[in-house]
Amino acid sequence: MKIDRRNFFRAIGATGVSLALGDQISAASKNEESTDVFAILYDSTRCVGCQSCEYACAEAHNLPEPSESIEADIMRLTNENRRTVVNAFNTSKGEITIKHQCMHCLEPACVSACLTQAMYKTPEGPVIWRADKCMGCRYCMISCPFDAPKFEFHSPNPKIVKCDMCYQRTQQGLIPACVENCPAEAILYGKRSELLRDARKRIVESPELYNDYIYGENEAGGTGFLYLASVPFEELGFRTNIQKSSYPALSKSFLYSVPFVFVLWPTLLLGIHEATKNNHTKNIDEDE
Amino acid sequence: MNSTATYPIEKEKGSKKIWKFLLAEFKPKGKILTPFNIISVPVILVGLVIIVIRFWKGIGTVTNLTQEVPWGLWIGFDVVTGVAFAGGAYVITFMVYILNMHKYKSIVRVTVLNGFLAYVFYAGALLLDLGRPWNVINPIIGNNFGTSSVLFLVAWHFLLYMIAQLIEFSPAIAEWLGARRARKILSGMTLAAVIFGITLSTLHQSGLGALYLMAKEKIHPLWYSEFIPVMFFVSSIFAGLSMVIFEGSISHKVFFDQISDKNHHAHKKIVIGLSKICAATMFAYFFLQVLIFVHGQHYNLLNTPMGYWYLTEIIGFVFVPMLLFVLGYKRNNVLAVKIASIATILGIILNRLNVTVIGFRWDAATQYYPTWMEIVVTLTVIFTEIWIFRWVINRMPVLRESPEWAKDNH
Ligand code: SF4
Ligand code: SF4
Repeated sequence: MKIDRRNFFRAIGATGVSLALGDQISAASKNEESTDVFAILYDSTRCVGCQSCEYACAEAHNLPEPSESIEADIMRLTNENRRTVVNAFNTSKGEITIKHQCMHCLEPACVSACLTQAMYKTPEGPVIWRADKCMGCRYCMISCPFDAPKFEFHSPNPKIVKCDMCYQRTQQGLIPACVENCPAEAILYGKRSELLRDARKRIVESPELYNDYIYGENEAGGTGFLYLASVPFEELGFRTNIQKSSYPALSKSFLYSVPFVFVLWPTLLLGIHEATKNNHTKNIDEDE
Repeated sequence: MNSTATYPIEKEKGSKKIWKFLLAEFKPKGKILTPFNIISVPVILVGLVIIVIRFWKGIGTVTNLTQEVPWGLWIGFDVVTGVAFAGGAYVITFMVYILNMHKYKSIVRVTVLNGFLAYVFYAGALLLDLGRPWNVINPIIGNNFGTSSVLFLVAWHFLLYMIAQLIEFSPAIAEWLGARRARKILSGMTLAAVIFGITLSTLHQSGLGALYLMAKEKIHPLWYSEFIPVMFFVSSIFAGLSMVIFEGSISHKVFFDQISDKNHHAHKKIVIGLSKICAATMFAYFFLQVLIFVHGQHYNLLNTPMGYWYLTEIIGFVFVPMLLFVLGYKRNNVLAVKIASIATILGIILNRLNVTVIGFRWDAATQYYPTWMEIVVTLTVIFTEIWIFRWVINRMPVLRESPEWAKDNH
């Protein structure tokens, strides 16, 4: 499909019926070129399960202090009061702790789902949520393959809560709170391409330590959160059925067809109307 | 028919008279203590209280929604299922205005009215479900167009389609008010509104399915396929028509005094005609389902509880009613058609809930099931709609014939 979509949609848009649909669709493909955004590399082989990141995250975002400690094989989930959690799993290589949060997809399903642009992929990389735009429809939650966005169901003025890679802090030149407070240096913040290179290097240098897989390199078309671990990720409570390509692409063919229907249908309908007009004058019962 | 007596404002101009007329029309007509009123009034009152609590304390106070299943009954049933049933309006207007099948003309108005009210109330239900409804203005006035969002498309189409349906219905309002010139202008807009409306319907009926395309791994594989939009569109045809048949058979009992003898007799023919279309589209739908199933290669899933549930839906509530529709028109058996339409309606409810609620994150740790409060609010929405529907039917020429002056060459 190498036809020039951009120009084609511009032409259709000019007819004024496409509801300005052309624009954004072509914008999405830009992401593929500019994947060198800020990202985080998390190495679970270094993680000691101290939950410092949970505490730091709660403090940085005015959330209640974490009250539960980690218990092996009990899957805690993020919710409206915690943007990140650390879980422990009994695996083939003993107990392993691992952190969960929003993956900051390169092509985020939540952003393409949001009809108010409240979910927003910043040019720097983090996917953030903007309160002044969101109407609380929760379509982002339906669409996110990682179930990352959470909702304050018990508030009259509810917010969508998820990790924003400390966008405020990074704008001020700081690094994300979890990265800063991890005593084991398990979490690194930097350019995605460099982190990927670093991750590959670690795998090559200590093949006995790592499972040869970087989770997030290709998941959902690539994510801004990259994982290293010593065992396959199925053992760590990760969803294994995440597709390796972009999620927004799943609804693109439907969205592409919209301008066509808008042009073709009325013409067709009017044509049929004219063609069957005779029935009116002859007054036959057509259905028999 | 003495139209000037029934439609008085035409002669007596002046706003005072109009107000008097409207005030008189707002008073209830007919018996007050009907079974429907006795049931619906308390439900609506309780529903209103629940709605107040919902806005005061948050959605979670009255619903069972979870972080994994953030859309429940209010979206899955009220919006997604309700809009499928409202599909009758675009199908009937297509048959009457585009295919010029005049046999069905007598049911156009009531179907369009039903469709219009369904959209008003079900879109209303959407507002109830919004956590931050005050920001609903953003995607409407163009502050923030999330144009890559299927929901954006669907929401806009709801809005535009409501306007189209209002235009389609407006001649009846003009006849009620005795506004002759307005009626003439408005009737002139019907064809354009119909064409626009059918186009919008094609897109948002399928769009409701397309909403779930990104939830690829979250919907049970027996219900997810890339063809959900097509399936939602095709099924909206027979969903809408089954509703027309079902609702028509009730209206003909409740409002029998409004319907002329001629239309009474014509109704049987209409029902049989519709059953033919239902059978044909259901066959196409069933065939597509089988294709999708074979294509998906989920044979192993059939022998699971979800598999039995799937078979119940496809065989029991698509295939069997399809046969009943065939039987109905072959034998001229209206009863068979009515039973088929009810089974089809149940089947559509099953299907939409299976995609949106039952099969959605069927593997989640905490399962979602609606609270009694969610159900009461849903009933409130439905009952209020019926109240308005009845109010309009009793006043405007919807089921009954238009006044003499409005019977043009149309
Ligand atoms: S993980 Fe979910 S919430 Fe985070 S960016 Fe990806 S789609 Fe959006
Ligand atoms: S809940 Fe808010 S952020 Fe999520 S899709 Fe709806 S409007 Fe966008």
